[in-house]
Amino acid sequence: MAEIIVVTSGKGGVGKTTTSASLACGLARHGKKVCVIDFDVGLRNLDLIMGCERRVVYDFVNVIHGEATLRQSLIKDKRFDNLFVLAASQTRDKDALTKEGVQKVLDDLAADGFEYIVCDSPAGIEKGAFLAMYFADQAVVVVNPEVSSVRDSDRILGLLASKTRRAENGERVKEFLLLTRYSPARVEGGEMLSINDVEEVLGLKTIGVIPESGDVLNASNKGEPVILDMESPAGQAYDDAVARLMGETRPMRFTQIEKKGFFTKLFGG
Amino acid sequence: MGMFDFLKVKKNTASIAKDRLRIIIAQERSAFGGPDYLPLLRRELLEVIRKYVNVDVDAVKVDLVKEGDHDMLDISVSLPDRASAA
Repeated sequence: MAEIIVVTSGKGGVGKTTTSASLACGLARHGKKVCVIDFDVGLRNLDLIMGCERRVVYDFVNVIHGEATLRQSLIKDKRFDNLFVLAASQTRDKDALTKEGVQKVLDDLAADGFEYIVCDSPAGIEKGAFLAMYFADQAVVVVNPEVSSVRDSDRILGLLASKTRRAENGERVKEFLLLTRYSPARVEGGEMLSINDVEEVLGLKTIGVIPESGDVLNASNKGEPVILDMESPAGQAYDDAVARLMGETRPMRFTQIEKKGFFTKLFGG
Repeated sequence: MGMFDFLKVKKNTASIAKDRLRIIIAQERSAFGGPDYLPLLRRELLEVIRKYVNVDVDAVKVDLVKEGDHDMLDISVSLPDRASAA
């Protein structure tokens, strides 16, 4: 059985693709056979973040329309033999994805021995987002500690609880909160919603807190998911999140202000 | 607290954000997750009440309120003052 994980948020630009790429790499680093699928038809970007943009020959829509086989379309990652990327199509046809088509691809991946399928959802609550979440067993809801992102995530939670296969069968999709761009200093200063604030408002448990970090941009510049940069706090935080996703218990890191310098110690703190 | 901290005016905007989110999300959850029959129920209630009392169109309010594990249907009817009553 393949575990299907949707990475979703409602709002755009909060780090869904960054998160999908890092979760997929992290799971693969644990030896799991992983496929990460870009559901953002028309605005393909996962390939760039994964660093395989020049190796896309066939895409998700080609497979669904029978223009290519799944095997032809899966792009093997250069770093992990057990990690594959299925790129989104650049077509402008909004109806390119169908529920039956998506189900067939997911079933075929499961039959092929994939243990984890990570679905990178597009922003919004349109068809692409709906199909990305429909078959999910687990949902990682990516949230920035900021009002519009939190509100949009709540809409997504409503959809996860009503418009998914699990919901239709009277089951629940396992939902987790993943906070990105978190700044402990701003939280301390009362300028940013804290982990507890967001957990409380959304009623979700946190699976990871990714600190605001320049390393994320550097990673996407290079096409190397930030989780591979184990020097970086963001990379380490993603590594923790992956471990938790696999059932491990790890304490949250990078959620407190870093140790203060000499000057601050002298004058207060 | 540092000795120069008093120079900074601290506004706790995070708590404002949290309060605003609590309210809007509670409101949206009840509207989004609520049953579709609410508007019709409200209209029919209004018709029945109007048989007996001459009330305004917006006199009947029907809301679904979440209280812990169960939902409560909150119906409130505001009657006109005696002078205008039929």
